[in-house]
Amino acid sequence: MKPSALVLAGARDSLPMLVGAAPFGLIFGTLAVGAGLSAGAALAMSACVFAGSSQFVAVSLIGAGAALPVIWLTTFVVNLRHALYSATLLPYARGWSARWRWPLAFWLTDETFAVVEHRFRSQGAAGGQWYQLGSSLAMYLNWFLWSAMGVTLGKAVPGLAGWGLDFAMVATFTAIVAPQLKQRPALAAAAVAGAVALLARGLPYKLDLMLAALFGVLAGVVCERVAGRRVPA
Amino acid sequence: MTIWLTIAGMALLTVLIRASFLVFGQRLSFPPWLNRALHYVPAAVLTALVVPMALAPQGALDLSPANPYLVGTLVAGLVALLTRRTLLAIVVSFAVYGALRWLG
Repeated sequence: MKPSALVLAGARDSLPMLVGAAPFGLIFGTLAVGAGLSAGAALAMSACVFAGSSQFVAVSLIGAGAALPVIWLTTFVVNLRHALYSATLLPYARGWSARWRWPLAFWLTDETFAVVEHRFRSQGAAGGQWYQLGSSLAMYLNWFLWSAMGVTLGKAVPGLAGWGLDFAMVATFTAIVAPQLKQRPALAAAAVAGAVALLARGLPYKLDLMLAALFGVLAGVVCERVAGRRVPA
Repeated sequence: MTIWLTIAGMALLTVLIRASFLVFGQRLSFPPWLNRALHYVPAAVLTALVVPMALAPQGALDLSPANPYLVGTLVAGLVALLTRRTLLAIVVSFAVYGALRWLG
């Protein structure tokens, strides 16, 4: 496949994620304005940080007048899961130069990770950097535009943040995960991760998420061992 | 002024986390068991993000059919599982969720 075709394929395969992220960007914009951020600061956050859930937490902390180190520490912990994504993609990125690795790392979101990981695992990672670039650029532009829309609407429709648009994230992630659960080890990983996340919810600094990820992955590995066969790669 | 420092710090931390293995781990080679373990990262992490929001959207466990997050999540999972069409699952579940919220 030509690079341009791969970029397009990456963007096209990310379409559901774009739809799912849109309401999320919208709420971020409205919340940021509500927390007292200027339009410029809200958009700068979307452009430079580009990590939805940590941006949400940050604006609520800013609104509550939290100290700078608290905001940074929270950002670090909330985004720590991306290190797992970074590690998961590493085996596919062997041939990539540093010129590729840095920007693709910067753009590595939950959604792009889910899309490219699925592609690399099922179809191989040949030309994968172009494919990931397509997904990344689509997600990045989408996030910025919907944040901007939220900033604009936030001033006009103050109650927008209470509309429950956050369900979009739940719907997106559920739709990604559900088809994977036909494989028993993935089902075990999901079940245990979900149970741990539920039981440990509210732990400080979102540690519940890392704990759940750890136990979930462990459950997947154990189940695979017990079943005595490898999952088709 | 502080807001720009806040954003700069957040941006730096986030990109360093994302670059951790992809950029700095270039020479790292994972043992086979770890490579296999990483296959379960998407299912584990995404589910861990979803479950508390679906089952306890207000913080307390809410398993009632009047919980739109729960019903919506079930619909999203079911449609995705049956049709494998992510976009359809998102749109249909959002519609169901919206209807439940609006009615409730």
